[in-house]
Formats: sequence, C-alpha cells, structure tokens
Amino acid sequence: MKVSAVITLKKEVLDPQGKVIHQTLDGMGFKGVNEVRQGKYFEIDVNENDPKKAQKIVEDMCNKLLANLVIENYKIIEIQ
Amino acid sequence: MKSAVITFPGSNCDRDMHIALNKFGFKNKIVWHNDNELPKSDLVVLPGGFSYGDYLRCGSMASKSAIMQSVINFAKSGGLVMGICNGFQILVESGLVPGVLLRNKYLEFICKNVFVKIDNKDNPYFKNLDKEIFEFHIAHNEGNYFCTNDQLKEIEDNNQVAIYYCNKNGKTEEKFNPNGSVKNIAGIFNKEKNVLGMMPHPERMIDQSLSGEDGSLFFKNLINNIK
Repeated sequence: MKVSAVITLKKEVLDPQGKVIHQTLDGMGFKGVNEVRQGKYFEIDVNENDPKKAQKIVEDMCNKLLANLVIENYKIIEIQ
Repeated sequence: MKSAVITFPGSNCDRDMHIALNKFGFKNKIVWHNDNELPKSDLVVLPGGFSYGDYLRCGSMASKSAIMQSVINFAKSGGLVMGICNGFQILVESGLVPGVLLRNKYLEFICKNVFVKIDNKDNPYFKNLDKEIFEFHIAHNEGNYFCTNDQLKEIEDNNQVAIYYCNKNGKTEEKFNPNGSVKNIAGIFNKEKNVLGMMPHPERMIDQSLSGEDGSLFFKNLINNIK
C-alpha cells in the first residue's frame, strides 16, 4: 500500500522559510495571506495489504526517523 | 590518552579534529561510520561536516549509523563524547543531548569567528580553564538551538548549558546571537556532563597563523583533565 505522510513544524516553532515565502507571496500581490508554514511530504510504498497495518508501520517510521517530535508533528493523510 | 573521531559520509572536519587531537597529545584513530565497534578510547568526537548531505534533517541519518549504537553505549557508561557542529546535530538527533538545531533565524549560512562564554566549569571539558570567554569559529546553516519550555527548564535547573554566544566582554545579549538560538545557547551538556555538543569549532583555533589559539587552550586543558 502507498501511505502518504505530512510532517509540519509545531506551532510554537519559528518557520523562517514559511515567513520568507509569505513575504514573497505578499510582494507578488497575493494579499490576505495570514500565515505560511512549510512542511515535508512523504509517499511510502510498503509491502503490506492491510491499511491499518500499513499505517502503523509508517507511523513507527515517523516516530523513529521521519519526524523529530521535539519540533515536528506528523499526519498520515492517505492510504491507498 | 586515546581518542576516536568518527567519519560519516559527508564529514569534512574529521581530519582537522584528528590533527588537533594529535597535536595536543591524544593518540587519535579515525573510525568509519559503518564499523560496529569503537576502539578503546578516552574521548569520542563526532566531527563537523554535512553527513549524508544533511538529508531529511541535519544529523538524522548519521544518528542511525552502525557505529552510533556503540557511541551511545559508550556515552551511557560515562565515556566522554563531544559533538562539534554537525556532530552536535548528530548528538541531538540521537537523543544524547536534549533539544534540536533549526535553520538559522535569518536563513543564511554563517561563517565567522564568535565569542562564547563558558557557563559551567564543573565538568571534564572546562574544569581548570583559567578564563571564561573564548573566541571560536562557527560555520553552519542549522545552528539555531531550540528546545521546548519544559526542556529549557530542565536544562537550566541541571546547569546543562555549556556555552553561550556573547561579545568579547562576555555579554550574552540577543544582538550577539548569530543564529537565533534560544537564550544564546551555543553548546549543551547531557545531564551527567560527559556528553558535550556545541556549534563552534575549537579545532579551527589551534594555530596563530590560522585565526587564533583559543582552541589550543581548550584541547590542552581537556587532555590534562582526562589524564
């Protein structure tokens, strides 16, 4: 199954890249942007047919390597 | 005194550290990241560089290298482990010291000399040094030390801050903070003070013809403390 996970910085962590992107969007005329937060997206193809098990495997990966839980949150957004 | 410097794919300060350690009396061995066992050592150093191309997060891949299990066991049994720059990033990613190193606040790679103030000399690294303010070199893109408020309280309660960025008079104000680190923190210990992670490079300050000798003072003192 293919599992998609998104990793984002926690709210209280400064995201300077998001800030710069926000400023640039503003300069390009995209007004009314409240905030931009940048994150990471992973698509992981695991050798597992049970969606619950596949989700568990990728959650384990997120906890151990893909995310640093001091500063980041992760979310499994799709399993197919 | 024996030391070991670990070389990861992408390390680039391993040789400088090797030369510095040998210059001040250590018998240093360079150890490949894929080895499983550390040679008998009094000090293990994780050097600066860009291990694994800084992929995912700086230090994250290196922290899972084969040798790191031995380094973690060595640290947990009280062995001295020092991580400089990328080595500091590897230490936080392996959980040996608390917190994390984020992208520099102003998104620029910083390469310059800075002053740092030693906060706590009750440890094998700084004990017996006869001054507090040192001039070291920094060169990093991700040196912005961050930790949660709970972690910060614990760090401060246990005197785990090793060094702060400051000016030449030792003032640790925000304007002397090069990268946005929480409270100007440039280096940190584990609770037991046998593991030290810091962004500045003492190994780049061991020769007057380069940029200074404050690193020499640090290494000379370190080997005397370990003897």
